[in-house]
This record gives sequence, C-alpha cells and structure tokens, in this order.
Amino acid sequence: MSSEGARITPYRDGPLLVRGPFTLVDQDGAEIEVQQRTIALCRCGRSRRKPFCDGTHKVAGWKADSAAAPPPA
Amino acid sequence: MPHLPEPRGELSSAVTDLLGAAPGPVPAIDVAAPADPLGDDDLHLALYVLYELHYRGFDGVDERWEWDPGLLGLRARLEAVFEDGLRAALSGWTPPPADATTMDLALRAIDDADDAPSLSRFLETKGTLEHYREFLVHRSAYQLKEADPHSWAIPRLSGPPKAELLEVQFDEYGGGDPARVHAQLFADAMVALELDATYGAHLDRLPGVTLATVNLMSLFGLHRRWRGAIVGHLALFEMTSSIPNGRYARGLRRLGRRSKAATAFFDEHVTADAIHENVAAVDLAGGLVRREPALVGDVLLGARALAELEGRWARHLLGAWEAGHSSLRASEAEAVAA
Ligand code: FES
Ligand SMILES: [Fe+2]
Ligand SMILES: [Fe+2]
Repeated sequence: MSSEGARITPYRDGPLLVRGPFTLVDQDGAEIEVQQRTIALCRCGRSRRKPFCDGTHKVAGWKADSAAAPPPA
Repeated sequence: MPHLPEPRGELSSAVTDLLGAAPGPVPAIDVAAPADPLGDDDLHLALYVLYELHYRGFDGVDERWEWDPGLLGLRARLEAVFEDGLRAALSGWTPPPADATTMDLALRAIDDADDAPSLSRFLETKGTLEHYREFLVHRSAYQLKEADPHSWAIPRLSGPPKAELLEVQFDEYGGGDPARVHAQLFADAMVALELDATYGAHLDRLPGVTLATVNLMSLFGLHRRWRGAIVGHLALFEMTSSIPNGRYARGLRRLGRRSKAATAFFDEHVTADAIHENVAAVDLAGGLVRREPALVGDVLLGARALAELEGRWARHLLGAWEAGHSSLRASEAEAVAA
C-alpha cells in the first residue's frame, strides 16, 4: 500500500477497490461508515448495497476491462 | 475443549483409542481405500481428529500426540488415500489455461463449469428453520475456526502474495475487533438459531462428506508442497461467497429471523467477500503464480477440488431434505435442537 494516498484499482468485470487512507462521504458531506481498510465500490450499477459492491456484477455478467478504455477514434 | 468423538469404524477407532492414552507406539494399522474416499465416514472422521490436534485439540488428549512420529505416519497414509481419491475424481478434468495475468478468468471458468445444485437458492426460497439449523451445524466444522486452515499458508509465502493473504485474513479475524471475528459472527448466528455454538459440539453428527470439505483445507494448508492449492482454494471460496451469503441472509429474514445476531455473519460476507474475491483471485493467486509459475496447476487444482467437494456436500444436504429426512448423522442426544 502506498503511504501517499488512496490507491484505486478497477478489477476486471468487477468493482473498484480503494485501499486507504481515504474517507467516504455522501454528497451532503456525511461520512459513510466503512468497516474494512480496503473497500469495493460498485461500478456496474446493480449492487443492492451501493456504493459498495455486493457481487451482483457476476450474476449480471457485467464486463469491463481493468485498464482504461482507449479514447474514441 | 471438545471431547473425542464416537468412532465410526476401524480407522477412527484406532485413532480415538490411541489418543485416549499417553503417547506410545502406534501399531501398524491396515489402511485400505474405502469405496468413497471423498466422503467415507470412518476415513474422514479419523483424518479430522488427527488434523484437529493442530487446531484446538481434545479434552483429555495429551498434546504431545500432535507431533508424534508414529501418529503422523498413520496420518500420512490416510492422507494418501484421500489424495488418491481426489486425483481420481478430477482425472477427467481439463484445467483452464492460466497465467499470472489471467488467473481471475481461469478461476471464474472453474466456477462457471460447476454444475452442483444451489444450496443457497434452496435455503433462500424454500428453507425451513430446521434446514437452516442443519446447514449451520454442518458448516460449524469449518466456520468456528474460519480462516485458520488458510493461515497455515502465511509462513509459506513471501513478498506481495503474503501481504495480500494477510489483507484477507485481517478481515476474517475481525480487523482487530474480537466481536467481529468471522468465527464469532458465525457462533452468534448459531446461538440466534437456538444451536449450541461450542467448538466441536456437533462433531458426532457430521457425516464424512462434510468433514471432507474441512479435511481438504487442512491437507492443503498443513503441507507446504500444497501452498498453491490452499491459495486456489481460498480464492474460489471467496469468489463463491457474496451471492450465496446474500441469499442465506434473505432466507433468514423471510423466516422472520431478522436480528443482527442471526444475520450479521451473512450480511458481512456479502460485502467483505466482494472485496476478498478480487484480492484473492488477482493479487494473491495471480501474484503467487507470478513469483512461482510452476504452481499454476496446483492453484487451479485447489479451486477445482473445493468445487468438487462442496458440490458433493450440497448434493448430500439437498438429497436428504428432498427425501424428507435429516442430513445429519443420528445421535441419541439429538444435540441440534438444544
Ligand atoms: S461492481 Fe459488484 S455489484 Fe456492481
Ligand atoms: Fe469470512
Ligand atoms: Fe472472506
């Protein structure tokens, strides 16, 4: 883990993992309670536990690369 | 500490007889392969008891037995029968192609190819409280020492894969909070369903097919040569956890069991294992293969062996329930309905 700040990794066909230190807040600035040192944020939009991933991306067969998508041609 | 279980045949009798006395010479014991080396009651109870010496031990059993060379020799022969059975069961299986960068895809392919019936769908939609109780009793063989078998791998790894394994294990052990240790959350769920959550309390009721799922982890965990397999086992375990645990929790709520004690174990695993599955598949299993490419086959074998034994276990439970009887072994004490 880097000591400078949070490290965010999109996992293939899955969530964004955020490794601390970080603070998670809603748009009103209220802190969202976090249980683990590392969290998984949903990026497929289908989780029942947003903003966290609950594994539903797998049932949905959702696909996305880990690397950034190339810019449009 | 738990009591030694009732023996179920020659092997488990030999083991419990030996453990009832002080360490001494271990007689030559005939170990023949049973008809079902992946579920035999006698073989798997004997192995389970021998492995348990490395975990919590048994009441009244001399702790020196753990490293008794004669007893370890007997264990090695039981393990060889189990291992041969595993290899035979997987002989028709072709591992998916994999390297360090595609380990997550290969593990997912193993899961996708798994055609075992879904215990979690059954419990979510049709399970009764009694089904749930049996399910927890079976799982207690592992879940009351959750994560311990995979922790044997810690000193066998180095560098990034070691740190990634500990990232997962740290959560399993409650992130430093004893109340949140996953084994404790499981005990809380058992108590909430009026079950005895004492470690080892239900051992006499657990069939060989259940004990084999735990023996698999102990076999892989306790032998350094199987470090790839214990990592693959953990990765697939984490990858097949979030969705079923969500179903278990919904089924409990459907049955009116909404207390935090009843549901926290399952709710916790929905989000925790959505993290762990990525860490375990990509960073731990992929990371291990990056450092030790020769282990790729063992990582996949560990995952496939998990799917194989979990499938047999799920079929046993669903088969018993569909036939209208208990999936547990009969006992005079009927310890389940405490
Ligand atoms: S990314 Fe996992 S549920 Fe959306
Ligand atoms: Fe856990
Ligand atoms: Fe986990």
